Amino acid sequence: MEIFRLQLILRSWYIFQKDLRQEFKTRYSLNAILLFSIVTLVAVSFSIGTFSASPEIKSALLWIILFFSAMSGLAHVFVREEEKHTADTLKLVTDPTSVFLGKFLFNLILLFLLELIIVPLFFAVMNFEVTGAGIFLTILFLGSIGLSAGATIIAAIISKASAKGALFTVLSFPILLPVLIAGISGTKIAVHTNTVRAVSGEIQMLFAFSVVIITAGYLLFDFVWNE
Amino acid sequence: MAQNLGKYFGEKKIFNKVTFELTEGQSLAIIGPNGSGKTTLIRILCGLIRASEGSVIYTEQNKSIAWENLYNQMGLVGPYLELYEELTAHENLNFFSRIRNLKHTSNWIDELMSRFLLTGRENDEVKNYSSGMRQRLKYVFALMSKPKILFLDEPTSNLDQQGIATVYEIMAGQRKNGLLIMATNDPADLKYGDFQIAINT
Repeated sequence: MEIFRLQLILRSWYIFQKDLRQEFKTRYSLNAILLFSIVTLVAVSFSIGTFSASPEIKSALLWIILFFSAMSGLAHVFVREEEKHTADTLKLVTDPTSVFLGKFLFNLILLFLLELIIVPLFFAVMNFEVTGAGIFLTILFLGSIGLSAGATIIAAIISKASAKGALFTVLSFPILLPVLIAGISGTKIAVHTNTVRAVSGEIQMLFAFSVVIITAGYLLFDFVWNE
Repeated sequence: MAQNLGKYFGEKKIFNKVTFELTEGQSLAIIGPNGSGKTTLIRILCGLIRASEGSVIYTEQNKSIAWENLYNQMGLVGPYLELYEELTAHENLNFFSRIRNLKHTSNWIDELMSRFLLTGRENDEVKNYSSGMRQRLKYVFALMSKPKILFLDEPTSNLDQQGIATVYEIMAGQRKNGLLIMATNDPADLKYGDFQIAINT
């Protein structure tokens, strides 16, 4: 059992490494999500102004930018496999679970990279401040896990469809809505307080969502991948 | 062993009642006109898609082998199977070798690269390969695990005379030491098939 788990982790790691190497060579997903997020941030800052919006509105805007930026690039990890006819090659050499975990890890790292750039930029451009930095980072971390796990399983579903781009966002929105709501609510609270108890509901919600969506992805991916 | 295999896309029947049994040291040629379902049958046999009816069972010493234990025992070359074109040949083969947990394969891979005239091109990205070179690299990929079962879909397509000769050597060797299943329309390939299945639409 231990050997099986170790091999699963290793295979997932190799898939993650392969995707990372492909991404560094093409920079498709990274460019897509970065450019989308920066353009959206600039558009938002021009349209509502830096000081006119309340911190509550800015919290919502931050998560909306993160959500739609993620939607612009996270599907590529599976779409690329289908469009370049490498999905069958991958099916031939490894099990579906490794593929799901490897792709999930890749999307998670991509989202962290996006946040590393866009969050400080958002704080600077939108003159946004939080009192509870630790709380905010916890909410962001858990939200990213939920977003990338959900996006990974939905990307696998839509990669075989013809209208991939539109379908990805339309399918993702209702499924990932709990992350968006809890993320916005937690960020709003982090603006005013650094008490963990104040956001315990949001943290529990994000943690539970991440566990559920990763488990669902783990169990369902075999059917999605092989159909 | 294939039992009563059938495939339908919606209401449309591609084929049904395909039954055969092969043992080590035998080969099978699947023939039929374009669109008859040869590729679909090959894809079902190597587990890439599910059959609408019937089953495929691989056995060893009268015990069926689970699909997850077949990853290193199968090799497939087909027009729908591509390698990662952004990566070099070496990066592709290294990835597939690691993910399949193949050990001590570097000499064997070097030998295959040499046999398929790809030595010296290992560090070129696959997108810079010609279609013939890509086909030869697919053979290296398929053979790197020394598969017991080799599936070839249009085995000689895109290959020059020298490449075709190498593939025929491979087919002859596989037929002796393992299991060879091919889908072809080329009469020259058929001499490597002990049995034939004809699929008609």
